Amino acid sequence: MEAKIISEHYNKDEFIGIDGYKKHGGYEQVANAFKMQPKEIIEMVKAAGLRGRGGAGFPTGMKWSFLPDNGEERYLLCNADEGEPGTFKDRKMMERAPHQLIEGMIISGYAVSSHKGYIYVRGEYRHIIELLEKAIKEAYDEGYLGKNIQGSGFDFDLDVYSGAGAYICGEETGMISSLEGFKGQPKLKPPFPAVQGYLKKPTIVNNVETLASVKYILRDGVEAYRKYGTEKSAGTKLFSVSGDVQRPGTYEVPLGYPLKQLIEEECGGLKPGRKLKAVIPGGSSAPILNAEESYKVNMDYESLQSVGSMLGSGAVIVIDDTRCMVDLLDVTLHFYHHESCGQCTPCREGTGWINKIANKIVKGEGRVQDIDLLETVAKNMMGKTICALSDAAAMPTISFVQKFRDEFEFYVREGRSKVKGQTYAQVHG
Amino acid sequence: MFQLANERVEKIKSEMQRYETKQSAIIPALYQVQEQYGWVSKEALDFLADLMEIPVAEIREVFTFYTMFNQKPTGKFHLQVCTNISCSMAGGRELTDYICKKLNVKPGDTTADGKFSVSKVECLGSCDTAPVMQNNFEYHENLNEAKIDQIIESLQKLN
Repeated sequence: MEAKIISEHYNKDEFIGIDGYKKHGGYEQVANAFKMQPKEIIEMVKAAGLRGRGGAGFPTGMKWSFLPDNGEERYLLCNADEGEPGTFKDRKMMERAPHQLIEGMIISGYAVSSHKGYIYVRGEYRHIIELLEKAIKEAYDEGYLGKNIQGSGFDFDLDVYSGAGAYICGEETGMISSLEGFKGQPKLKPPFPAVQGYLKKPTIVNNVETLASVKYILRDGVEAYRKYGTEKSAGTKLFSVSGDVQRPGTYEVPLGYPLKQLIEEECGGLKPGRKLKAVIPGGSSAPILNAEESYKVNMDYESLQSVGSMLGSGAVIVIDDTRCMVDLLDVTLHFYHHESCGQCTPCREGTGWINKIANKIVKGEGRVQDIDLLETVAKNMMGKTICALSDAAAMPTISFVQKFRDEFEFYVREGRSKVKGQTYAQVHG
Repeated sequence: MFQLANERVEKIKSEMQRYETKQSAIIPALYQVQEQYGWVSKEALDFLADLMEIPVAEIREVFTFYTMFNQKPTGKFHLQVCTNISCSMAGGRELTDYICKKLNVKPGDTTADGKFSVSKVECLGSCDTAPVMQNNFEYHENLNEAKIDQIIESLQKLN
């Protein structure tokens, strides 16, 4: 069953504006936070076991404690550059509850002693940028942002920044480059943003859902927060489910929730007469699971890792038996090639080559050795670059080829799809 | 001749104050140009460099990095169809073909009357309502051929 903590009021239109938001307990946790010392909030977030909801799953409280105690100005950046294919949960949150994010940022800003925050939103979400700007103005008007918030003595300014169409800006250092007014190319780490981030100042970058979750840890307390989820993956998580299910959408369930149950109960199962072939459990970068693995796995960081995949952003793409895996890999690799920032050779060249090879196979022009070549090139792209985009292209490649090798072999042997019975050109013109 | 509207020039000047550094106003400034002209020309880049007192190379670098900035004249209605994985599974590619055939253009091109451009784009973050496209910034979700017909028909009536 769904456990609606963060998304409890998403079905109410009044929750979008500040009055309706406050009617349902909105901004109450700001006052609560000011009764505590910033360090106490950090300790609470650590104890609650909150982990980054953007993709990496890094412990939030630990990230916060990496800030150096050197008196330098600090920035809090919210990563709303939601671009991982299959992911749309942050969009949902910002559309239905912009103040929830703002409240989360005020509390988090206080916890990390930052006085300036930015929400970096992907450019395509123009309507959300406008919605957030309006919500931020409401929050200023009611004294939740700006100087001496609610008489606490704490100052926090918040603004929005629009991206302009680059997946790589979802990588935290790429996002910082972009916010600074440059190409959104990732930077070498170390130094990590907590030490040297935006304008070389200590900077915390957290995902939309992560920041919003902080409010609920304060509201409910560590123990209540931990009632949901597992020991190492605590709390609830928003999952974006798309693909071959009856009811795609955003669902909030406890971490550790069985994937089978998410598909069959929340999403109403597959379309009539279809069988499950595969699931991409954490956005298109996550290694694919076959049907057997999908029906056994639970949706938490550790369980997915134990089957060689990852929870990522919680974007679940369900694939049934009418789909051609060679075709889907080709679609996926086109994306990574398009989005590689071009900075590191293994990624720039690698994404290009694997995209070309997959495209050749899909057109019915592949040779049998191309299957191994795909895998070899992909393996050589792992762990060799500044950021994780190269690995993000390699992981689906390796897992598609290894788990659905028969479809790739059939395609090169017969020059057509095993599933569709045709070539790409016949199917897609 | 390139002539950015006064209120857009003023908006750029205020964006240069809005963020910590004026460099951060490059993306907002490029949006201002594109919203007036539909694309960003070489003249526009030179104009922004003078206005913002930033080397034109730095502005061009930002301009060419981000895919939402158009490097050639683009139609009044830019139909951007998602062909990433969830949308492709829901027929996004076939819909692109349908739109292109209907408007008699290829993906990336603009109709002769300058009204429509059609592009294939990557994930728009609306996979639960696939297939999806944006007309400029407006989302159209759960698309099918009948809906495309309606959308194009209503846009054709607009000037």
